[in-house]
Amino acid sequence: MQPKASVNDFVIKFANVNGTGSASANGMFAKAIFRMGIPVSPRNIFPSNIQGMPTWYEVRVSEYGYLGRRGGTDIMVCVNPQSMQRDVAEVDAGGYFIYDSTKPLDLRLVRKDIHYIGIPFTEICLREYTDARQRLLFKNVIYVGALAALLNIDFGILKDLVSEQFKGKEKLITPNVYALELGYQYASSNFDCPVPMHLEPGHSVGKHIGDFENILMDGNTAIALGAVYAGATVAAWYPITPSTSVIDAFDKYCRRLRIDPGTGKKNYAIVQAEDELSAMGMVIGACWNGARAFTATSGPGVSLMSEFLGLAYFAEVPAVLVDVQRAGPSTGMPTRTQQSDVLMAAYASHGDTKHVMLFPGTPAECFSMTLDAFDLAERLQTPVIIMSDLELGMNECMSPPLEFDDERRYDRGKVLDADALDDMTERWGRYLDVDGDGIPYRTYPGAHPSKGSYFTRGSSKDEYAAYTEDGAAYVRNMDRLLKKFETAKSLVPPPKIKQADAETTMGAVFFGTTASPAYEATEILAKEGIHLDTMRIRSFPFNEDVEEFIETHDRVFIIEQNRDGQMRRLMLNETKVHMKDKLVAILEYDGLPITALKIASMIRNYVLGGNITPIHGLETTEDVAS
Amino acid sequence: MTYVKPMFRHPDAPVNGLGHTRQVYEGGLSTLCAGCGHDSISAAIIDACFELSIEPHRVAKLSGIGCSSKTPAYFLSGSHSFNSVHGRMPSVATGANLANRDLIYIGVSGDGDTASIGLGQFSHVVRRNLNMTYLVENNGCYGLTKGQDSATMDSGSRNKKGDLNQYSPIDLARLAIEIGATFVGRSFSGDKQQLIPLIKAAISHRGFALLDVVSPCVTFNNHADSTKSYEHMRQVNAPMPVDFVPMREEITASYDAGNTCEVCMHDGSVVRLYKHDNDYDIEDRQSALQAAHHYASEGKILTGLLYIERDSEELHDVLDTSRRPLNSMDEKQLCPGSRLLDSINAGLR
Repeated sequence: MQPKASVNDFVIKFANVNGTGSASANGMFAKAIFRMGIPVSPRNIFPSNIQGMPTWYEVRVSEYGYLGRRGGTDIMVCVNPQSMQRDVAEVDAGGYFIYDSTKPLDLRLVRKDIHYIGIPFTEICLREYTDARQRLLFKNVIYVGALAALLNIDFGILKDLVSEQFKGKEKLITPNVYALELGYQYASSNFDCPVPMHLEPGHSVGKHIGDFENILMDGNTAIALGAVYAGATVAAWYPITPSTSVIDAFDKYCRRLRIDPGTGKKNYAIVQAEDELSAMGMVIGACWNGARAFTATSGPGVSLMSEFLGLAYFAEVPAVLVDVQRAGPSTGMPTRTQQSDVLMAAYASHGDTKHVMLFPGTPAECFSMTLDAFDLAERLQTPVIIMSDLELGMNECMSPPLEFDDERRYDRGKVLDADALDDMTERWGRYLDVDGDGIPYRTYPGAHPSKGSYFTRGSSKDEYAAYTEDGAAYVRNMDRLLKKFETAKSLVPPPKIKQADAETTMGAVFFGTTASPAYEATEILAKEGIHLDTMRIRSFPFNEDVEEFIETHDRVFIIEQNRDGQMRRLMLNETKVHMKDKLVAILEYDGLPITALKIASMIRNYVLGGNITPIHGLETTEDVAS
Repeated sequence: MTYVKPMFRHPDAPVNGLGHTRQVYEGGLSTLCAGCGHDSISAAIIDACFELSIEPHRVAKLSGIGCSSKTPAYFLSGSHSFNSVHGRMPSVATGANLANRDLIYIGVSGDGDTASIGLGQFSHVVRRNLNMTYLVENNGCYGLTKGQDSATMDSGSRNKKGDLNQYSPIDLARLAIEIGATFVGRSFSGDKQQLIPLIKAAISHRGFALLDVVSPCVTFNNHADSTKSYEHMRQVNAPMPVDFVPMREEITASYDAGNTCEVCMHDGSVVRLYKHDNDYDIEDRQSALQAAHHYASEGKILTGLLYIERDSEELHDVLDTSRRPLNSMDEKQLCPGSRLLDSINAGLR
């Protein structure tokens, strides 16, 4: 079979052993392609383990700028004998299998339809290095060097990246560049380089990336920077994958940007709490006292925080919670991605509760939505949950640059200070709806010597914060909270709606990391004559645009990464959609990011009707095959 | 009975250093059972704050859930209060304190709230040495759910139904000393003489101050076979009287018996103690634990200031936060601006 040929359009996967230092070499590989101006999206597919287990790094190169997972593997770089059998099997026909040829390849692993490129990585390392640790680490750099020759990566860029990586440890630059050269030399003198599937700079269209100067960063770091810019001063947290790096990054940037120039003291506080309950309690305490505070966690943490979320909802205390979702339920698959906390987050806690949620799709949006989250939480005096996921949070994603308008002022919401309290002629009621928007006025503790103190509680209260078991007063308060949630609809980021090129009665709805592959899928389908208007949900509660989109389409595919079609259920619950069958679930929940090919295939099968092939996620869902 | 609190006060009622009468420090009418120990503790808090001339609005009151946690409504109505969720007051207090280090934080909890559902948070707020006063109104039972045993109930004590408790009790004072508390006092709601100066000292302490106050539940745990009854406490209490002399006031002794020792607090105030035991050094953790244990083994309860560590580092010292409260900062201090963001973007290309 002819080897696959393409320019700037392939999927390459690295099969590594975790804990061997492959991450930085792999990161350098992806960044070099990014610097060449070619759209790239790398992903870690890693185990819940520190050392010794198989781990993969998948890099999609797409000159059209498709950043979602495509599906399939064109080139496999196998550095892990443990997983070799499945790695060989995974390569698409016509693809390439790059392996360590120090030992001859097991004949059982030879396929006729793929192309083998053997490079004796171990032999080179044994020859060049005496130290065991060096042999392990430089093997990674050597294969990047070899790929530079095989795929036509700009070697100068790789050298720049090495220099940047070892800034301050200059002694390490020369040996790393040497290792790159070892790989490069071997590949270029033993194979016909570049192979037919390769890179060419300046060739890219990148229409989905736009003209702006892109950045490459992970969503968790973007959220952390958002929190710094939003003026968060208190962060309380408990370690959990995949959200830990939010706080790590917040800490890193605060050390740089939040040290008081006069005193050298910290204008922030970070506390590693004893559990997620405590983390959320600290956030609520700090926000009650007039600071901006947040925590970051994943599904198991949100479960634990639920009681406190109900308190914040009912006592009307702002709070910002970052949920970097992973595969549940329970411990689930801690290092795999999912969008399966939607319903839990929307209604977290007992009793009638609803929470504001934001769904970022890119690092730039992680940043801007974190800014919004703090404003919204204080404006609405309620928790705001940023719904990210492992795919966005922990992978380097190409994104528009982060933007901040220096004219922007924090919206601290309806807070009465001492002067405002003195100026008041009428009696102040902490839970009194003065403006008709359901949002009352609050005071910070200690604001005034004799006015504005009140009793914050999770028990029922009247407009003046006095404890009550009077049913009518309770209902008034609960109804006002509902009115406040209505007000939220006009404040949260609206959905992004795109019309299809041709008139259609069908729509597709998605959010967060499903967006990239979903847009790509709609383009694949459009070429086949299946046209879909699209709506990317960016927040909950849903505003009237969401209602209208559903109202004006006969079939709406809700594409998401969970088993139960949670966003679909939320839409059925929270919009005026009467026809349950109108909303069709398109689901993927194996823990790997949903791919464009699968989305396209599921929708195609539905539209063409009748002959639905058993793609998992489809057949188990009651509402799909109507 | 009408639930209206009489507003009349003596026109010549004494005033404190701020010109406030004691009335300024009062709260709403208690809805607890008549004779509840908790009401005596609320009264002691009122007296302590009045005598310390604390501005009520500079106090934040925090509590969890239970009878004890209702009491912040019954004192200092001029203070903000946060009645949070069961067993989680320590975390809310921690967040509040991080946001504004300038307020005085008084947490009120019970033995269920602290020793059972909240034991984790309690232990960690002790470890962090949060600058707050943490009062446990300890009655050995769950009052608000009608008298179930709590984790501080002594083994050998019986509940109202007559069931014998065979589980080992948690001694919060000893636990707190063990895990690093910097101020630990124990008292009895019926001993105002001792309780008021202890509360004053606890508020003046810089760091975490625990007051474990035995406070009989008149309805569910005040019978003959209970070790948390008024009767029993009066028999077994081994009080070390305490005097508290605020900064710059003349030290006058109101007790003369026993061994006295004076402890100068962080703010210059002085706690004067009258100990039973010459060998007992209240600034030595081991010695404090031994003394408390010794009395317990004799069926007695040692009350008073059990342990103090002066000049410890409270949470803000450890975190090295700015002297200025974090909640008073705005964009100017907190937001790095767009130019810096441009350079961050440049580093990500």
